[in-house]
Amino acid sequence: MTASSTKSSTQLPDAEALLPADAVISSARAADGHTELTVDRSRLLEVLRTLKERPELDCDLLLDICGVDYPRRDQRFEVVYHIASLARDHRFRVKVPISEDDATVPSAYGIWKAADWFEREAYDLFGITFEGHPNLKRILTHGGFHGHALRKDYDPGQRWLLTEEDSMVPAWATEELTDEDHLESQVLNLGPSHPATHGTLRVVVRLEGETISKAECEIGYLHRCFEKMSETHGWNQVIPYTDRLNYCSSMINGVGYALAVEKMLGVEAPPRAQAVRVILSELSRIMDHAVCLGANLVDLGALTNFWYFFQPREEIYGLLEACAGGRLTVSYARVGGLAHDVPADFEERVRYLLDYIPKFVNDVEKLITTNKIFRDRTEGIGVVSPEDAVAWGWTGPCLRASGVPYDVRKAHPYMGYEQYDFDVPVASTGDTYARYLVRMEEMRQSLRIIRQAIDDLPEGPVITDDHHVALPPKEKVYTEMEALIWHFKLIYEGIHVPKGDAYSFTEGANGELGYYIVSDGSGHPYRLKVRPPCFAIFQAFPHILEGHMVPDAIAILGSLNIIAGELDR
Amino acid sequence: MRQPDGSSSMLTTRVDAMLRWVRKNSLWPLPFGTACCAIEFMSVVSSHYDLARFGAEVVRFSPRQSDLMIVAGTITDKMAPVVKRIYDQMAEPKYVISMGACACTGGFYRAYHVVQGVDEFIPVDVYVPGCPPTPEALMHGVIKLQEMIQNGETQYDRFKHQELDTTA
Repeated sequence: MTASSTKSSTQLPDAEALLPADAVISSARAADGHTELTVDRSRLLEVLRTLKERPELDCDLLLDICGVDYPRRDQRFEVVYHIASLARDHRFRVKVPISEDDATVPSAYGIWKAADWFEREAYDLFGITFEGHPNLKRILTHGGFHGHALRKDYDPGQRWLLTEEDSMVPAWATEELTDEDHLESQVLNLGPSHPATHGTLRVVVRLEGETISKAECEIGYLHRCFEKMSETHGWNQVIPYTDRLNYCSSMINGVGYALAVEKMLGVEAPPRAQAVRVILSELSRIMDHAVCLGANLVDLGALTNFWYFFQPREEIYGLLEACAGGRLTVSYARVGGLAHDVPADFEERVRYLLDYIPKFVNDVEKLITTNKIFRDRTEGIGVVSPEDAVAWGWTGPCLRASGVPYDVRKAHPYMGYEQYDFDVPVASTGDTYARYLVRMEEMRQSLRIIRQAIDDLPEGPVITDDHHVALPPKEKVYTEMEALIWHFKLIYEGIHVPKGDAYSFTEGANGELGYYIVSDGSGHPYRLKVRPPCFAIFQAFPHILEGHMVPDAIAILGSLNIIAGELDR
Repeated sequence: MRQPDGSSSMLTTRVDAMLRWVRKNSLWPLPFGTACCAIEFMSVVSSHYDLARFGAEVVRFSPRQSDLMIVAGTITDKMAPVVKRIYDQMAEPKYVISMGACACTGGFYRAYHVVQGVDEFIPVDVYVPGCPPTPEALMHGVIKLQEMIQNGETQYDRFKHQELDTTA
């Protein structure tokens, strides 16, 4: 089931020539590799449809839609679309400026189903209306909320209380059924505090007998205002917040964010820092998969595996604690490198883990992979076709389980992933069992990467010596005037990230983790949008559920690995 | 109690002291886990740290079957009515441990959608600091709660008579 991904690298076509005439106001090649198009909203759908349907462009994956607020501009809001082509290596950023009085944009839901929740989020947080969206209502904040929180003039100190009467109940759940079989039908609520949701998710389903005929998800129970908070913090101070996005693999988030800022600054972390980042990120990926599979198996009644997976996790925690001081939320990455060097016995401990982890993976494999009960409950359950997975904006292990070999580490290598030899596991059936198999194999591939990285771990510093970005060493601050000035300026003013925007993406444990950053040149981000992989995956969940039974819903949910911190931010 | 040599001995105590001793050693936690702290809570009940050593390993997700609510993670305004409802559904005596900075004070999320400490709407017995607290810290919290139960210092002990008065 393992297959290397093949990358068909094609020259970026001249986009403007292929798009409808006069539809694009301006087009430019951005520094982050995206082709940036500014489009008037009257021509938006035309442009988006051409991007998707024209074979030379072939943009099948809608990654993100977000709003940005510029109160001083005539056209106050900007809706930003990030679109990629899986077959060809190009990416587009489409911007649509709109004014405050008429903040309306046509919905892209008819082109990519992935637009569904992303548009709802922009509606919730910016008050931008998407015409033609099937279910445009608040998604992250609650029913009793007033205003749009990410607008620059929204006072973050004000709170709105929710009473139980305001909590979401879908309209279809309360309507009377007139059909004569309605005695068989009932509405069941799962969550937000339910042992099988492993987080704060809520699913309302209508049952016909035992079969789910309709479902709707409610999220936002862990909306902690990450994006608003980051607008008031310095560039490095955002890193602790990123740790708490996907808290099962916090290192990956921090590294992804640091890479995004480094991209804007044009600095690169030293080789040793890169290698350590790779090692710890891959260990985090293993932990994330272990939690996902362990929890999935517990829900299916296989408790032992949960303990098997938690034991190596404790060992990895031990290593992270030795490096960074924290177990779960490490805050180890810094813009330009790492907070400090790894402990002296780092190599020894990593090698110990390399020997220690496979034993547990093998044990679980022996117990589960050919287990009849497990296979009966997962094979053919929650099948997602490759076309659907791409249309919903899926990435990561769930997409690869459906047979699409897209992995950011292979397709757009960063942090030196091109020098490591590893395979991208792909399954073809797209069911819950396939997602299990892909995650199991990915843990082995991660171990392979770690082994190569630790074998030639470079010596040297772990943070850049560019003192616009990183503090000079303390001993120099005490002895050299220049270093003292750098230290002072960096502490008081922070890092000056050049004005502009960039989208940077890495392979998180759940899929493509993107950071879209807008900087106004000051010491903190102007706008920071996270593209959480779970968000795109979970929006397909109600659609997958239809026709399944409630116990299947639990099995499918576990296999999607929805992490509330990342989902709701 | 019958001794090995055939003689009998007796243990005298007060009923409430006996009950407290029983209660403190058989806490059944309801993990109200929402975020990162819930992952650390999983570590605490797993084999490495093993909360069973303190008699608190029987994790129950039903409020009817548990007497210790561990609020592990950030509580948002959207979640607040749910926490309150589940707390109300628990049978008395009931205790609350607030695990982590977010549950104690809102932590470093000081913005429009985050409850600035669960004690805004439910009484908390033990606050465990940390972001997230280490497993040792949570175990310290559980031991502290056991001491408080033994000494009759919990919120339940403080307010039980008052509540009886109001219902009467």
